[in-house]
Formats: sequence, C-alpha cells, structure tokens
Amino acid sequence: MPTTTRPSRFQEQVLAGVADIGGTLNRELPINRPTIYVYEAPVRLWHWVNALAIVVLVVTGYFIGSPLPTLSGEASDHFLMGYIRFTHFSAGYVLAIGFVMRFLWIFWGNIHSRQLFYLPIWSRKWWSGVRQELRWYMFLEKEPRKYIGHNPLAHIFMVLMAMSITVGMICTGFALYSQGEGIDSWQAKAFGWVFKLFPNSQDVHTWHHMGMWVIVTFVIIHIYAAIREDIMSRQTMISTMISGERQFRDDRED
Amino acid sequence: MGVATETFYDVIRRQGISRRSFVKFCSLTAASLGLSPVAATQMAHALETKPRVPVIWMHGLECTCCSESFIRSAHPLVKDVILSMISLDYDDTIMAAAGHQAEAILEETKEKYKGQYILAVEGNPPLNEDGMYCIDGGRPFVEKLKYMAADASAVVAWGACASWGCVQAAKPNPTHAVPIDKVILDKPIIKVPGCPPIAEVMTGVITYITTFGRLPELDRQGRPKMFYSQRIHDKCYRRGHFDAGQFVEAWDDEGARKGYCLYKMGCKGPTTYNACSTVRWNNGVSFPIQSGHGCIGCSEDGFWDKESFYDRLTTINQFGVEANADRIGGTIAGVVLAGVAVHAGVTAVKRISTKRDE
Repeated sequence: MPTTTRPSRFQEQVLAGVADIGGTLNRELPINRPTIYVYEAPVRLWHWVNALAIVVLVVTGYFIGSPLPTLSGEASDHFLMGYIRFTHFSAGYVLAIGFVMRFLWIFWGNIHSRQLFYLPIWSRKWWSGVRQELRWYMFLEKEPRKYIGHNPLAHIFMVLMAMSITVGMICTGFALYSQGEGIDSWQAKAFGWVFKLFPNSQDVHTWHHMGMWVIVTFVIIHIYAAIREDIMSRQTMISTMISGERQFRDDRED
Repeated sequence: MGVATETFYDVIRRQGISRRSFVKFCSLTAASLGLSPVAATQMAHALETKPRVPVIWMHGLECTCCSESFIRSAHPLVKDVILSMISLDYDDTIMAAAGHQAEAILEETKEKYKGQYILAVEGNPPLNEDGMYCIDGGRPFVEKLKYMAADASAVVAWGACASWGCVQAAKPNPTHAVPIDKVILDKPIIKVPGCPPIAEVMTGVITYITTFGRLPELDRQGRPKMFYSQRIHDKCYRRGHFDAGQFVEAWDDEGARKGYCLYKMGCKGPTTYNACSTVRWNNGVSFPIQSGHGCIGCSEDGFWDKESFYDRLTTINQFGVEANADRIGGTIAGVVLAGVAVHAGVTAVKRISTKRDE
C-alpha cells in the first residue's frame, strides 16, 4: 500500500485547521489531502442509533408477521406478542424521530450531511463517477477515484435503497400503527392517506413486509461495501463512521 | 301528500304499538348507534313529525345476500323499518308488483320526490359491452342506476358489491364490474360494505338517515364511522390470546379447542373494519371467529383478490410466479448474499494476484 511521505502545503493547512472545508471544496472533485472531518457527531450518532433500531425492527417485525410457536397456559400468564409489538413500535418511533432529526441536521451540518437527501443527476461529472465506480465493481478499473463523501454509486444506493425505503417504511408503519390507535389519532390523520393508495390494509402489511426484505438486502450490501472499500479504496470507511474523520491513503490525483 | 308521507309514528300507532314501546325503540336504536341519551328524544321527535323517507332499492350484479341479511335484522325489526320507518317504494326482489307496474313506480317516485328519495343499491353495474351483462327492465343496469341516482338525495351502497366490486369485480373481472361510486359521481354515497353487511348495521344506517335527515359521519373511505371505525381485531374476544402469543397452529389442535387466536390461520381480523366482533350475527348469536374460523375480510376492498383466506401473508402474483413477501424477499436477500460472497471472492483473488505482480 502506498504511503504519503511529504505533506503538501495544502495538507499542512488542513492539519492546522486553516482550510475552509465546506466553502472552497467542490464535493465532486477528487481531492488530495490526508484527513478530513466528514461525519459530524450527530450524523454518526444517528447512523448507529438507526442501525440498532433497524436490527430491532427487522427481528421484531419478522416475529409479528410469523409469530413464535404458541404458548400454553392461561392468556393472563403471558404477554409475548404484546412485548414484541411494543418493542417494534418503540424502535419505530426511534427510527422515525431519528430520521426527522437527521433531516433537520442538513440545515446546520456540513455539506456532506446533505448528500443523503438528493441526487445530483444534472452533473456530468457525477454520472462519469457512477460509470467509473460501476466499472470498479466489475473489476474493470485498476483503482477507484477518491471521494470525501459517498462515491456516486454509493450515493445512488443510499438515496434509493436506504432513504426512500425508510420514508416508505415510516409512512406504511405509522399507517398500520394508526389502525390500533384509532381513527381519530394523530397517526391516522397524518398517515391515513396510505389507505387511499391501498384501500385494503392487508396490502399495506404486504408492502411493509417487502420493505423489510429490501432493508435486509440493503444491510447486506452496505456492510459488504463498507468492508470492501475500507480495504480496497483509497480512503478509510468504517473508522470514518466512528471518528468522523476520513483519511486518504495517497495524495495522488485521480 | 299521499300515503308515503305519513310519519313513522302515525303508522306504528295505527298498527297498535304503544307509545311506551315506541320510546323504548328510540332509546335502544340510539344506543346501538352509539349516540347520547338526548338523541333518543330527538329521534322520537323526528319520527313523530317527519314524513317517511321514500327509498328505492335497486339490484345490479349481486347475489341478494344483502337483502337476505337485511330481512333478518332483529333490532330494529325489519318489519318496522320497511313498513313503517321508511317508505320502501321499490325493491324488485321483495315487492308485490312486477313488470310495467313495478317500473312505473320508479318514474312516479323520481317525479314526485325529486331530490328527496334515497337510492339504496345492492350489487354493481358491469360496464363492458355498454353494460349488456346486466339487463334490468329491458335496459342496462348502469343506465337505470344513473337515471335514478340523478334525482336522489343520497345513495346507499349496500355490501361489498356496491362498495368495492366484490366477486364479480375480482380478477380478471370479465364484465368490468365497478363499484357504484365509479358511475355516480355527484351524489353523497355511504358505503356499507360486507358480504353481506350485518343486518343491524344496515337498519342502523337507515334509521340514522331517516331520523336525522342526513348521512352519518363517514370515514376516509366513505363508511359510517359508527360501525366501521374499528377492526374486528380491536374488539375481538380472542384478542387476549393474540397479545399473550397463544395461537391456533392447526384446525384440530389444542389451541383450536381452547379458542386461541386464529392469526396464524390467516384470520383477516387485523385488517378488516367491521362491527362483527361487537354486534355479531343472527341476533347476536355468534360471528365467524367465535365459531372457530378466521375472518375472511369480506368487508374490505378486493378481498377476493388477496389469495387464500388461510394465509397471513398475501400471495403476490408477479410475472406468473406466485409467492408471498417472505419467499420473494428471502430469495432476493439470499441471491444478493450469494452475489456478495462471489464478489468478495473475486476481489480477494484479484488482490492477491495484483500483489504478486507487484
């Protein structure tokens, strides 16, 4: 693995905290510096809380759809399904509130905090990045380009498979929750429109269930890509989501 | 103003019913509609003073199960409703008149009570071949329906057919049967779904409309909130077993004998809005779950197209492959996992060989 030996003037500036990261930087441009603070503390906190909530939601959600083997004895002796559902709903609230807070953070956070909420489909450079990154995953490129935030392929994947699905799961989830809360609950008022799309709520159950499998698939790809990029790419991945700092392994141009 | 405009009170007094019984009826009906005690007085006043509402009851593509249910209403007795409370001027399956005589009543009501009569519709119109799949009185039912709806004050959609389409609108729907709100666009429509709806729900709705002269409060899908705002599951007497995690796993197991929750047997109670678990059927004797069978969701939109009545997860038909969410999702996740493994393997091999080259 190539290592940096001589720090450039710009790198020294970054290390000294002089360089204006948010302002002068064109996010799409491949860059050339050793360490940049990318994920601020609230973003990292959200990531890990969200990850935990998703694990809890997937496990409890599966057992709501396909309950555990029946329990014997008196009904008053048990509350298993009740506890599973309570856990699911609580984790759902954590996910939903976390999502709203994460969205609001784009107004305070750095430029990278906004990346999850849009796709720069108007940018030629971005599309070329998508192509290059696809070729990298098909083993047709010698090395990937360097990116401070998500690479363009990861960017698409995040917006389509993580963020949109999360919105869909929050909407369908709260709509289903409103059935128990009642027709006059705020959940029914805010999310009752879901039943305009699917008049028979059984369909909402089905799509909510499919959404779970999309998220499971997302998690598989997400973890694989994070580990692979951590080893193969020219910048850190996993440690970045812990410390927030992205370290580049070389100072070559692309 | 003719016989049809007598009040309900006039008619029942003439039939020898005491004022005491009449007040009792008002209190009971108010209670069954979930109204306050004051409403009983309002109801009594309305039934004493308001002329009876003319009702036209039409039949499209249907099986008459709504009528069968309606005439079995225990409270209020359907005899009272049909003969006294409303003026059922036309109902081709139970009226004495037939042929031209019957059709003449339609014209007469439409003219005489323009904008005042209620149109109750059982069944729905098929639209294919210009509606030729349902001919009623020599012309397509869809034409007759639009013709009579034009001068009605409100329209009642009886049952799953008129409300959602039911079996005749199930895939592939060869006659292109549609719920009535697809052809009646300019009138208030109240949907009373179910296959059939519960008798007491039907008479309750009629009582409300005749008493207060307006439709009851409706939910987002046009159903009366008083009967359709909660799911079977919310008021099911087996709900305790659901929360405990006690399920019937097979039709003849211990759980079935003990009356455990039928969730795993595909009960549609958690997705079905109806009053079965509170009002019950046949004068409150029982309802499907109480009789040991899961709810089939007959009052829900498109319940015939949700595949088996005995599966919790809906079958999804795509590209001719039938599978449920778990099978489709599990397969996708499995394939992706395998793909990831292969990709990781190729990556490792590539990396090792590149290193060796260096």
